Amino acid sequence: MIHAKPGSSSYLGAGMTLRSWLTTQDHKRIAILYALSITVFFFIGGAAATLIRIELATPAGDLISANTYNKLFTMHGVIMVWFFLIPSIPATLGNFLVPLMIGARDLAFPRLNLASWYLYVFGALFTLAALFLGGVDTGWTFYTPFSTTFSDTHVIAVVTGVFIVGFSSILTGLNFIVTIHKLRAPGLIWFRLPLFIWAQYATSVILVLATPVLAMTLTLLAIERVLHVGIFDPALGGDPLLFQHLFWFYSHPAVYIMILPAMGVVSEILACFARNPIFGYRSMAYAIIAIAVVGFLVWGHHMFVSGQSMYAGMVFSILSYLVAVPSAIKVFNWTATLYKGTISFEAPMLYALGFIGLFMMGGMTGLFLAALALDVHLTDTYFVVAHFHYIMVGGAVAAYLGGIHFWWPKVTGRLYPERWAQFAAILLFFGFNFTFFPQFLLGIAGMPRRYHEYAPQFHTLNVLSSAGAVILATGYLLPLFYFAWSLFHGERAPANPWHATGLEWSVPSPPLVENFATAPVVNSEPYGYRSQRSRRAVASGA
Amino acid sequence: MKLPFLPEAASVLASKVDALLLAVTLMTGIVAFGVVVLLVVFTIKYRRGTDASREFAPEPVRRRVRRRMEIAWIAIPLLLFIAVFGWGATLYFDHAAPPPNALEIFVVAKQWMWKLQHVTGQREIDELHVPSGIPVKLVMTAQDAIHSFFVPAFRVKQDVLPGRYTILWFTATAPGEYDLFCAEYCGTDHSRMLGKIVVLEPAQYQRWLEAHNAEPTMAMRGESLFRQFGCGGCHGAHAAVRSPPLEGLFGRQVPLRGGGTVLADDRYLRDSILLPQKEIAAGYDPVMPSFAGQISDPELLDLIAYIKSLAAKEAASP
Repeated sequence: MIHAKPGSSSYLGAGMTLRSWLTTQDHKRIAILYALSITVFFFIGGAAATLIRIELATPAGDLISANTYNKLFTMHGVIMVWFFLIPSIPATLGNFLVPLMIGARDLAFPRLNLASWYLYVFGALFTLAALFLGGVDTGWTFYTPFSTTFSDTHVIAVVTGVFIVGFSSILTGLNFIVTIHKLRAPGLIWFRLPLFIWAQYATSVILVLATPVLAMTLTLLAIERVLHVGIFDPALGGDPLLFQHLFWFYSHPAVYIMILPAMGVVSEILACFARNPIFGYRSMAYAIIAIAVVGFLVWGHHMFVSGQSMYAGMVFSILSYLVAVPSAIKVFNWTATLYKGTISFEAPMLYALGFIGLFMMGGMTGLFLAALALDVHLTDTYFVVAHFHYIMVGGAVAAYLGGIHFWWPKVTGRLYPERWAQFAAILLFFGFNFTFFPQFLLGIAGMPRRYHEYAPQFHTLNVLSSAGAVILATGYLLPLFYFAWSLFHGERAPANPWHATGLEWSVPSPPLVENFATAPVVNSEPYGYRSQRSRRAVASGA
Repeated sequence: MKLPFLPEAASVLASKVDALLLAVTLMTGIVAFGVVVLLVVFTIKYRRGTDASREFAPEPVRRRVRRRMEIAWIAIPLLLFIAVFGWGATLYFDHAAPPPNALEIFVVAKQWMWKLQHVTGQREIDELHVPSGIPVKLVMTAQDAIHSFFVPAFRVKQDVLPGRYTILWFTATAPGEYDLFCAEYCGTDHSRMLGKIVVLEPAQYQRWLEAHNAEPTMAMRGESLFRQFGCGGCHGAHAAVRSPPLEGLFGRQVPLRGGGTVLADDRYLRDSILLPQKEIAAGYDPVMPSFAGQISDPELLDLIAYIKSLAAKEAASP
């Protein structure tokens, strides 16, 4: 069933002038604007990481100065968190797919959507200029009183950029919430929504509730730094732990802003390539909501050795274990989705399977860090660095890439070269583990993070990690080339190359400007791969 | 038995932490192994083209099985998690308060060095001599940014904050030299803010103290600071101003103006000198001026040591 109307044109055919792109209100084009911008920032952030890994190949600080090193890891963190990971899946795949998956013409507020992108670009360029023209050496966490009193770098400029980009997050979140509430196709009740939509919804709620706290916190930081009003610096009468509480009240939920959409993507891919409905669809949806809610109550687990009360530490520890339960449910349900499936291993599926393994590793090492007495030894070491890279890179970035491959035919109307994509997915999986697994061991051995130089006993593991980073970097560069190639030489994609369920696959590839030629009506459960299979069996038997 | 890559276990706490680490590693390892085995088995058995049966049980049966499985994998992880929480929290709780007989040593962290002083007056930089087998309590503060005192071999870490005292304690088990790292990022030379903990047999430690006993004790230095800052003008025996007596003060509950009491500990003494309006002893006027910006952190520790030394003395007439 293809909702095509002769004469209506694809969204890509609606003009290729720069003006037509920069003034577009089409969610699909804005998604592409976002995808291009965040790709640029991903590679800038990646370049900083490359320099860091090269420096750490030897124990002495012999390639770059300590100040340059400190600015590089700050730049890596600021760019990857705020200018790549947070917008990654929501602003690109989410922007493109939310209206298509729910049968809508566009997001509820198309102009606001374009405004979000301009805010992102403005904030990102502002920050980038500050990072390149002087840099900042506080780490992406901006801990006080170092950031307010002792750093002589461009703290104000960078936090201003992050402040601006926060509004882009808030507007995107708002847009998605209203869209998902109000613009669903007839018959598309909440429990028929794809899990991708559930994840986008939960993420949007976090974006709208948590981001303002970051904006306030950074404003207070700027007030203290510029006007010397004592808020965080004890020398001025402030409390440095207050900053940590406020910062992590945003930044811990921010982790879920990164991982929930990734879980949504993985659910779509797994069901499609296992040809099975998601095992326990409802509990998967509830788990997403549970993670989003409980995720707001665990921020203090970043502060077990900070000097916060011992009793607060205990409460945050047990809440952290509670938030791990819905994550565990998801891993088990994904695994069970494969049972009695008909599994094939196209590139998106390889990313999704890799995601399960890496996310599980990241989640389980979180159990180490949530145990109070273990955290005392492991916190602020490379164990933490490895843990959150398993979640954010092994998890979120892998799902993002899996999603880009999965929906590439829909977005561009072209097929990508499958063998190359499978090769890149496998390369990334091994490169990732090669880079980050040794960092768990470094943390156990006691190597603190953010060290420009390190003790000789940490040398071997650092060399392994840096060697792995070479493979990882290659893996990230490959898709750039074959995707670019496929835009011009890739085979034309049919409307539904994966025989996937979901409204987005019922429209042509690439979709029409107005998405649906006739308004869709939904009268079945999501992930109807089983009934699709029996229909086809009947058809071929006939 | 401990995990590979762990540094040697050189404190009483270390082997307990290592046991927990091993247990959590085994628990998560077994579960992860199980999931990976299932992933591999399913992807091989049910890959496209095999003739394994794909027939689902009838929906009512399937629904019942699904509910049971989901309850199992909510309940089992939850129980395991609570067990790990309990173990980690108990160990943390038991180790929170130092034993009362612990040997006190004072730490002032600054960009980018560790300044350490013993009650008996010995001062060290980036090196700390401690006896083995005796609990050692570090009272720590920072002069600038936040730092963190991390000794991997002892499995202890505690942030060191400006404007307050944090406590870290350990009982070293084996003589030797152990790495001290700053674990909280603190600026340019964060990675060079290193030190050594030198653990000596108690008798050797005594010899070390005697060999380095060229300086007055902290309390003696505090007494001369007490005179230098004119504290005796109000707090002395023949003062014109009515002020709380310092003799017998440390370690007592002090009634506060406006109700409530507060323990006269290091923090209270520090705040009373720097922020005298914060907690005013009941029955006295808020006339004490702040000494913030005039007294350095090491000097404050000396003054507090002096006031502590008065704890044993009888209070003079009020």
